[in-house]
Amino acid sequence: MTDTLKPTDVEILDASDQVPADSIAKKKLGIGFWLAISWLVFIVGLAVFAPVLPLKDPDQNFIQTEEKENAITGRVTESPIQPPYAPSGDHLFGTDSDARDVLSRTIYGARVSLVVGFAAIAFGMLIGGSLGMIAGFFGGTFDKVVSFLFLVLLSFPALVLAILITTLAERSLFTISLTLGILAVAPVGRLARAATLVFAEREFVAASRTLGAKPSRILRREILPNVMIPMSALALLGMGVSIVAEGALAFLGLSVEKGSTWGKLIRTAVNSTSDLENAPWMAFTPIGALFLTVMALNFAGDRLRDYFDVKELSI
Amino acid sequence: MSESPLLVVEDYHVGFRTETGLAKAVDGVSFTLNRGQTLGIVGESGSGKSVLNRGFMGLVSSSRMIESGSVLFDGQQIVNQDRQDLWGKRIAMIFQDPMTSLNPVMKVGKQIFEPLRRHLNMDKGQARERAIELLTSVGIPSPAQRLSQYPHELSGGMRQRVMIAIALAAEPEMLVADEPTTALDVTVQKYILDLLRELQQEHGMAMTLITHDLGVARGRTDEVMVMYGGRKLEHAATETLFADMHHPYTEALLASTPSLAHPKHTRLFPIPGSPPDIVDPPPGCRFSPRCMYAQDRCTTDNPETTSLTDHEYACFYPVGSDAGAEALKHNQDAGQTATGLKIGRAKEGAH
Amino acid sequence: MAGSGKAHLRNADEVLLRVENLVKEFPAGGGKVVHAVSDVSFDVAEGETLGLVGESGCGKSTTAKAVIQLPPPTSGSVVFDGTDLTDLSAEELRQQRPQFQMIFQDPISSLNPRRRVRDIVSEGLEIWGGSGGGAFTEGRVDEIIEAVGLDPQEARKRRPHEYSGGQCQRISVARALVLDPKVIICDEPVSALDVSVQAQILNMLEDMKDRYGLTLLFISHDLSVVKNVSDRVAVMYLGKICEIGDGDEIFKNPVHPYTRILLSAVPDPANPFAGESETLDGELPSPINPPAGCRFHTRCAYAQDICRSEEPQTEQEGDGDHWVACHFPVRNDAPAAD
Ligand SMILES: Nc1ncnc2c1ncn2[C@@H]1O[C@H](COP(=O)(O)OP(=O)(O)O)[C@@H](O)[C@H]1O
Ligand SMILES: Nc1ncnc2c1ncn2[C@@H]1O[C@H](COP(=O)(O)OP(=O)(O)O)[C@@H](O)[C@H]1O
Ligand code: SF4
Ligand SMILES: [Mg+2]
Ligand SMILES: [Mg+2]
Repeated sequence: MTDTLKPTDVEILDASDQVPADSIAKKKLGIGFWLAISWLVFIVGLAVFAPVLPLKDPDQNFIQTEEKENAITGRVTESPIQPPYAPSGDHLFGTDSDARDVLSRTIYGARVSLVVGFAAIAFGMLIGGSLGMIAGFFGGTFDKVVSFLFLVLLSFPALVLAILITTLAERSLFTISLTLGILAVAPVGRLARAATLVFAEREFVAASRTLGAKPSRILRREILPNVMIPMSALALLGMGVSIVAEGALAFLGLSVEKGSTWGKLIRTAVNSTSDLENAPWMAFTPIGALFLTVMALNFAGDRLRDYFDVKELSI
Repeated sequence: MSESPLLVVEDYHVGFRTETGLAKAVDGVSFTLNRGQTLGIVGESGSGKSVLNRGFMGLVSSSRMIESGSVLFDGQQIVNQDRQDLWGKRIAMIFQDPMTSLNPVMKVGKQIFEPLRRHLNMDKGQARERAIELLTSVGIPSPAQRLSQYPHELSGGMRQRVMIAIALAAEPEMLVADEPTTALDVTVQKYILDLLRELQQEHGMAMTLITHDLGVARGRTDEVMVMYGGRKLEHAATETLFADMHHPYTEALLASTPSLAHPKHTRLFPIPGSPPDIVDPPPGCRFSPRCMYAQDRCTTDNPETTSLTDHEYACFYPVGSDAGAEALKHNQDAGQTATGLKIGRAKEGAH
Repeated sequence: MAGSGKAHLRNADEVLLRVENLVKEFPAGGGKVVHAVSDVSFDVAEGETLGLVGESGCGKSTTAKAVIQLPPPTSGSVVFDGTDLTDLSAEELRQQRPQFQMIFQDPISSLNPRRRVRDIVSEGLEIWGGSGGGAFTEGRVDEIIEAVGLDPQEARKRRPHEYSGGQCQRISVARALVLDPKVIICDEPVSALDVSVQAQILNMLEDMKDRYGLTLLFISHDLSVVKNVSDRVAVMYLGKICEIGDGDEIFKNPVHPYTRILLSAVPDPANPFAGESETLDGELPSPINPPAGCRFHTRCAYAQDICRSEEPQTEQEGDGDHWVACHFPVRNDAPAAD
């Protein structure tokens, strides 16, 4: 052979390293996450649609009666039984000491508790998140002021602050949410600031600057989507905390004045030890709902954070 | 010293159980290593170089790991055995990033004393003396002062020297060097490689030198083994390999490396595609999807290892053979390989 | 230098980018200063690739960033196409940004993990295109994605983590190209990649350079890579330039003692200097307190008294494009006294 081909005479024409789509391992959130989400969807659905669901009126007193024979006269009379009534076909989770249906009170209580939890954390994310991101991104005096503000908020005893606001102001859904929201500002804000500091160092932010993006655009398009992930994870945990905090306020008699909340339900249920002993369903139904909800929030938050962490590192 | 080889690896496998199946990180590798010899192991990242070495050293600490096959160290079977008593004393290892193997909150001195006292039962005074000796032997200036410094106070090159000093403290018979200079500048790399060669000759130590730099492999080893997707594709005496390589992958690796010998703007020859999925490797020859010699047979049959004197390779159409030349011609005429890789005449200016 | 001086600069009208007396210092605490880049001057003609090579910490990245004013240099001028970037207001500078783009070393850190690849590539057009949008944008983005060797349809669906390291560098190049820049600064664009992929990216960069008429400032610590891609090469040591000029000439006939040591350490069998057994003595001096005179004198085998007191200026070596800052350049025929 006079003209043996050498490999260097040959060029490969499609010399790029295409990765086939299916070779990329898809991370899974796992069944636990979806169970948690199912519960949350379920409880939110119940709360939202409570008025149209075939539920008992949460404020109606379902006094039950029994026939009693008067020992002396021998006459049989209908006389009311002393509530609370144990769970039965009629009242799946029993009634409270005013003979009101525990299940429907818990579901209506969810409406307030969930709104408080959600509103509080939304406020925390909006205010704390923006302050933290701006402070972390621009640094300088604004950063110093904001960091100090967060520090003060964190150092101030949360309960004292809550008591202060709730005793001074009218205890409406709005003030309770706002109070808990203010408490959420500092933790969310500090997280947002720390995450912003990390991402601002990343080269895609430098690349965006070289393209001529203005700071506001970089914050919105490059930093925010990344900071949102740890923030959402924290928000889910924070919602759990806010729901529990509402319960704590309720114990001090400082929760919303009107309507039932999980906290208020638990408080009335455990007011007397005899109630707790004789009618545990009164306390344990709202406690169960609160426990499952907070646990689902925590679990979903954790999984979400892991999921996105791993995903980013798997590049 | 006995005449038998120090290390005999036979059909050695390391797998990791993963969600999608068994990842065959090392898939039936065999080689022998004699005392005083250096074996270079080259290949793209992910080809199994580190897992192979950590595997037979018993350093893979994963419950998902499964190993099988045979590894005789000085005549003793070590696969699936507890190998802890070999570490440091008989086989030592140095890594790419000394920071990960040095304890950041412990002074350098203490980290050197420890193996001395453990393996050689030295007392404090002896250990200190020997530590200074060791640091001097790896070319660290004012060694007595270094003993009281922390790793972060040293430069990358210094840290790697300290690692080498620790590794050699107990005069092991074998050293596994896993990309010891990849993170270092060329001038520091040269120093470390010179040092390793010197120390190796002094102690008559065997060494596996893992590197992805063919230049390093060529200048610093007695034999070279080329790995790809967990398999050994070619193995020969270093000079033989570079003078007369037989595996298309080896050739492709070399062709993709820019060289000082070529004038500016010399067109390079990349290897198309990416390394194989080790959970579900391609059928036939693992390199076939990226190989410009590939024929139909390569996509179905796995090429057995051909053993010539001092030269092994696993390919149906070896470089430099008539079969290889014909395969290449055939593919060029067809404009593509058996796996559909499009090929054509090289552009002007290619080397 | 090594040393300073501007003898090697060409006429202002022959070059696209001219960097003069560039200095970048960082505060190091305790009132100390890191002299990361000290009085560096170089120029790049249109369509040319200038390779910047040197060991880690010598100031390559700092130089690159100072050129694009992110952050701006402590002093010195960066004249791009007749405009001194250091004189511009923030908004004027922003208006100039599309002209000079940068590609970074870390393929992963360079891309926003939360955005789809096509959005990443079209970002530049979205910033500048305003309401334009439409077909021009669509077509341009797809064309560029295809030009760098990726599939535009896939890019709509996927995020960066679904691509390999080499592909991520292609995406970075596409993002930089979309605004039709004149200069691209590549800071170790292939250092994180395997050789096989490195070759893909280097070839692609050369193709893009031809196709889009680019001028490159190419930074790497790998001498073989720099030799391959560069027309001219500048060798840096401790914040200064030692030797600069035509790439083939410098690699064939290096005369600065540092360049020679650097070159002799390259483990390339074809390296004509591999035989030279010189090694670098001692450690790299701290940039906080760099040596006086020639910054290389503490490790140089040829150093004399003058090297310790007087900084060498760049002078022409021979009569071609070859400039060196050394009091005793090492010529093969006439080695300097020792
Ligand atoms: N602990 C582990 N679990 C699962 N897979 C692993 C593990 N360690 C390594 N691998 C896989 O084994 C293969 C070989 O890796 P390695 O030996 O580190 O390659 P290299 O040749 O770059 O040293 C890679 O695909 C890697 O992903
Ligand atoms: N932001 C900074 N603050 C302080 N020192 C820095 C900073 N950036 C770089 N340096 C220092 O400047 C010198 C040059 O760094 P760099 O330009 O990154 O080098 P190269 O890119 O050549 O490796 C190094 O000594 C480095 O430590
Ligand atoms: S000879 Fe002098 S001027 Fe030249 S590099 Fe050495 S020290 Fe610097
Ligand atoms: Mg490895
Ligand atoms: Mg750098």
